[in-house]
Amino acid sequence: MDVLSQLRHQLADYTNSLHRDGFLDDQFSQLQQLQDESSPDFAMEVVSLFFEDCQKLVTNMARALELQAVDFKQVDSSVHQLKGSSSSVGAARIKNLCVAFKTCCDSQNRDGCMRCLQEVNRECVLLKNKLQTLFRLEQQIISAGGSIPM
Amino acid sequence: MGASAQLQQQLSHIHNQHLLKVYEKQIGPKRAFFSVQAYRHWLSKAFVAWVLGTCCIALWIYNYMDEDSKLRRKELLESMCDQRARMLQDQFIVSVNHVHALAILVSSFHYFKNPSAIDQATFAEYTARTAFERPLLSGVAYAERVPNSEREEFERKHGWTIKTMQREASPIRDEYAPVILSQETVSYIQSIDMMSGEEDRDNILRARSTGTAVITGPFRLLGSHHLGVVLTFPVYKSKLPPSSTEQQRIEATAGYLGGAFDVESLVENLLGQLAGNQAILVNVYDVTNSSDPLIMYGHEDQAGDMSLVLESKLDFRDPFRRHKMVCRYHDDAPWNSSAIVTTILFSMTGILVGYILYGAGNHIVRIEDERNEMEELKSRAEAADVAKSQFLATVSHEIRTPMNGVLGMLALLLDTDLSSTQRDYAQTAQACGKALITLINEVLDRAKIEAGKLDLETVPFDLRSVVDDVLSLFSEKSRNKGIELAVFVSDNVPELVVGDPGRFRQVITNLVGNSVKFTERGHIFLRVHLEEHAKAVTDSKANISSTLNDEESDESMLLSGSQQSTTLSGSEAADEWDSWDTFKYFVAEEGFTMNGSSNGGTSYEEATGNVITLRVCVEDTGIGIPLTAQDRVFMPFMQADSSTSRTYGGTGIGLSISKCLVELMGGQIKFVSRPHVGSTFTFTAVLGRCEKNAVNKTEKKRNAEDLPSSFKGLKVVIVDAKPVRAAVTRYHLKRLGIVVEVASSVKVAANTLAPGKSSQPDIVLVEKDTWFSGEERCSPVWPVDREQNGHISTQKLPKMILIATNISKSEVERAKEAGFEDTVIMKPLRASMVAACLQQVLGTGRKKSQGKGSSSYLQSLLCGKKILVVDDNRVNRRVAAGALKKFGANVECADSGKAALELLQIPHGFDACFMDIQMPEMDGFEATRRIRQMEKQANEQLEAEGSIAEEGKDGWHLPVLAMTADVIHATYDECVKSGMDGYVSKPFEEQNLYQAVAKFFQDKPISGS
Repeated sequence: MDVLSQLRHQLADYTNSLHRDGFLDDQFSQLQQLQDESSPDFAMEVVSLFFEDCQKLVTNMARALELQAVDFKQVDSSVHQLKGSSSSVGAARIKNLCVAFKTCCDSQNRDGCMRCLQEVNRECVLLKNKLQTLFRLEQQIISAGGSIPM
Repeated sequence: MGASAQLQQQLSHIHNQHLLKVYEKQIGPKRAFFSVQAYRHWLSKAFVAWVLGTCCIALWIYNYMDEDSKLRRKELLESMCDQRARMLQDQFIVSVNHVHALAILVSSFHYFKNPSAIDQATFAEYTARTAFERPLLSGVAYAERVPNSEREEFERKHGWTIKTMQREASPIRDEYAPVILSQETVSYIQSIDMMSGEEDRDNILRARSTGTAVITGPFRLLGSHHLGVVLTFPVYKSKLPPSSTEQQRIEATAGYLGGAFDVESLVENLLGQLAGNQAILVNVYDVTNSSDPLIMYGHEDQAGDMSLVLESKLDFRDPFRRHKMVCRYHDDAPWNSSAIVTTILFSMTGILVGYILYGAGNHIVRIEDERNEMEELKSRAEAADVAKSQFLATVSHEIRTPMNGVLGMLALLLDTDLSSTQRDYAQTAQACGKALITLINEVLDRAKIEAGKLDLETVPFDLRSVVDDVLSLFSEKSRNKGIELAVFVSDNVPELVVGDPGRFRQVITNLVGNSVKFTERGHIFLRVHLEEHAKAVTDSKANISSTLNDEESDESMLLSGSQQSTTLSGSEAADEWDSWDTFKYFVAEEGFTMNGSSNGGTSYEEATGNVITLRVCVEDTGIGIPLTAQDRVFMPFMQADSSTSRTYGGTGIGLSISKCLVELMGGQIKFVSRPHVGSTFTFTAVLGRCEKNAVNKTEKKRNAEDLPSSFKGLKVVIVDAKPVRAAVTRYHLKRLGIVVEVASSVKVAANTLAPGKSSQPDIVLVEKDTWFSGEERCSPVWPVDREQNGHISTQKLPKMILIATNISKSEVERAKEAGFEDTVIMKPLRASMVAACLQQVLGTGRKKSQGKGSSSYLQSLLCGKKILVVDDNRVNRRVAAGALKKFGANVECADSGKAALELLQIPHGFDACFMDIQMPEMDGFEATRRIRQMEKQANEQLEAEGSIAEEGKDGWHLPVLAMTADVIHATYDECVKSGMDGYVSKPFEEQNLYQAVAKFFQDKPISGS
């Protein structure tokens, strides 16, 4: 089972790097722990939910910020949603960005909001790619007949 | 529940009193006063007005006083003038009377006698001899009335012709009045016709028609050139009736008697006789013709005080003529010095007072300006303080986040398979991490204490585990230093007390931390007693000591190995009270005996009502506090001296905070310290007693850590030469439910293990020092003993465990050879730590139940429960649901408050509800309020039907737990207010979730099973 252990090694390294670079935090590990035989794809399911939400919220906020009179309250509630989701998923970078975003909203700083929004968008895409890689690795392990060590 | 609410009130009352004190100290009484500030622009005007007013009043006073003196001067002049006038008048009238007498004499002797009895010679002589009676008359003369028809006969009879005043023969007139008789002094008017002079003629005519004396106007007398008047009297031939007419009087006139008055001499004489002659000037005027007064005496143009002139009327009995006397002062009125002095003094005083008031007003204005400035500065400082607090809050929040990561990892680590030492290390690390979080919170609270806004919690907590926690914080440090750190909580202290565990712990942590910091050798001993108990013991100490004397001597025989003090480590402690001598009685009171059957004294529990006062002592054998610094100990930022902070670090604020906290808890803090011997800090705190029935067991369970109950009934023998130490060890073992015996040496212990005794101990705990000091003697005894036992039953052989503060490798080896287990229980002792060690020694079989801890417990709690998760964020919802499902719960989800309400229509089958707080439309608080409303209605209905009792439950009450990302106190308050039962952090933390959930599911039967 050389391939399997190699894959496992790869997965561990990759997970560690994600944690190290601050993309993910402890919460994500907990999420992974939650999946068992009864719900094997729990993490993936939650993550995909998260990205759907993300996409929706980002679009909403972008639309709101383009308007002449920006409804910061609406943006703020979107940010709050995003922050809640990201902290549940363990997307640490996005969560931290949301904190900054919220301050911009509170001070009604439109440019700051735009900047934050762009960053959030970028981070989302980045994280999505990273997680896709991660899940692919996991899939590979499973298809190779191994189980994911937790 | 009512009783506990009452207790809470009682406690909060005590705390409030202290809060109030703190407030007063900080704010101070605020007074309202009259503000000059509003009138500041009027001040100088008011001052000028005041000065003017003062001057006016001064002037008025001067006038008043001057007027008064003038009046008196006038009155004086008036009286003097009147006096003079009256006297002059009297004198004059006396003279007139004399002339009248002469007239009568002439008529009597010249006319009524025939022939006449008076001739010139007689008259001259008589008048000369009676001249003393008329000092004012220069002379008198008698002129006869001679009609023209009788002139010739008259001239012939007397032998001379009638002459005029100019000494010429008189021309022919109707009648004449030639002088026939004259005094010698005026003999030059003999034969002169008096009617030839205009003045005299008028006089004569008026005199005979009125029949009284008349006088002329003033004129210069012939002889003296003095001013004078001539007095004329009529002489009648016959006696006239009093009511005679003018005509009759004219016809009856025979002649006229006249005299010249020297008015000037008269007045001169008169004034000379009177006092004050020099002071006044007198003028006498004839004012018959009022427009042209004729002066009779004095000079018109004489100088004098013309401002004050007084007149007095003179009556010289001549109705035709009027006279008056005019008086005035010789000198001008002198300056009224008293009035001037008074006025000056008054105005000076007035101006001075005005100036003082003005100055005071200015001063007040200035002070108020400064005060305003100060207030401005103060508010700025306060703003800065707020900024500082905000900064602290932000920073501590930032620290908390990574710290949570550390703690989470540690929690994960603890779930893995660890050796007892590793477990202890990990647990210590976790405890320290938790303490750091607590510390950060304390930093926040410090700001609150400063603002006097600190409120104490009143929740039930397990005092012993709090104390154990504190101990665990310092165990590493104390071990490294080789200090013996021990804790002892009296059995009288209830298991659960109501108060603020955080604050209580903070104070103890501070005191123990200080002790650890300043102690290099010896021991630190933390004890908790009931205050009432401590008092009772101290009071009765004297009595007991006499009765226990014999026993004591026995003991000292047993303990004879040590010549040192009887404290924990043998080093001397600062406070004698705390040495074994006293401590013994505590233990004795609690049923401590050398062969240790235990039943905690419960008499105190029942004696004192809802509130208990704890006395906590922290005794160390450190460097002590220098006597000079002892009164500064509780001042913030004060350490014994500046070198202290260099050597030991720290800010010195801890004790001042502790003092505040202790006072808030209704207690006092004090200390006894001897330099180079040690310090003993003692504080008292008022806490509530937790009613056993009222508080549900879950609370207890949560607080009482997770001390395993698997040791119940174990028998342990403690071998320790020092009774204090033995008592501490015993205390910890007793908490695990272990039956304890104490032996002072291995030998004594061996005796108790003698074969044939029914109850063999399971474990023998030997204190390292005792073992090694008695090794030579005891080691042969023990193995023999062991062999003997070995024949009977190898399994029954008691395990031997060493207890040590620090131990070297070689010592471990030696101990092993002597038959001890691998595991050495390291001090400081803590119940949980002892339990872990015992578990390791007794076999790993029990380990699992302890190791997995809350996680498995949570599983058992939640398994089969129906739980509703309400969150608008579907990711959150999914994660929460997933987490709960993992613990076996049956989860349903709702995406809004409204949906949740629909699902929760009574009756429903849910066991609990996790509610997000921040949701659009209807937030968590509102949703909870509605749920409670629904439940209330349902319960009322149930009550009406009387079905509650049958079902055996308290009606509907769904546990609602808030899910929130920021777990702060204020949020908790809000949660409770809206009817929630607690909160969990989001995302879930196992420990936190467990604590929150355990409360509700502890004693309810699991519905699913």
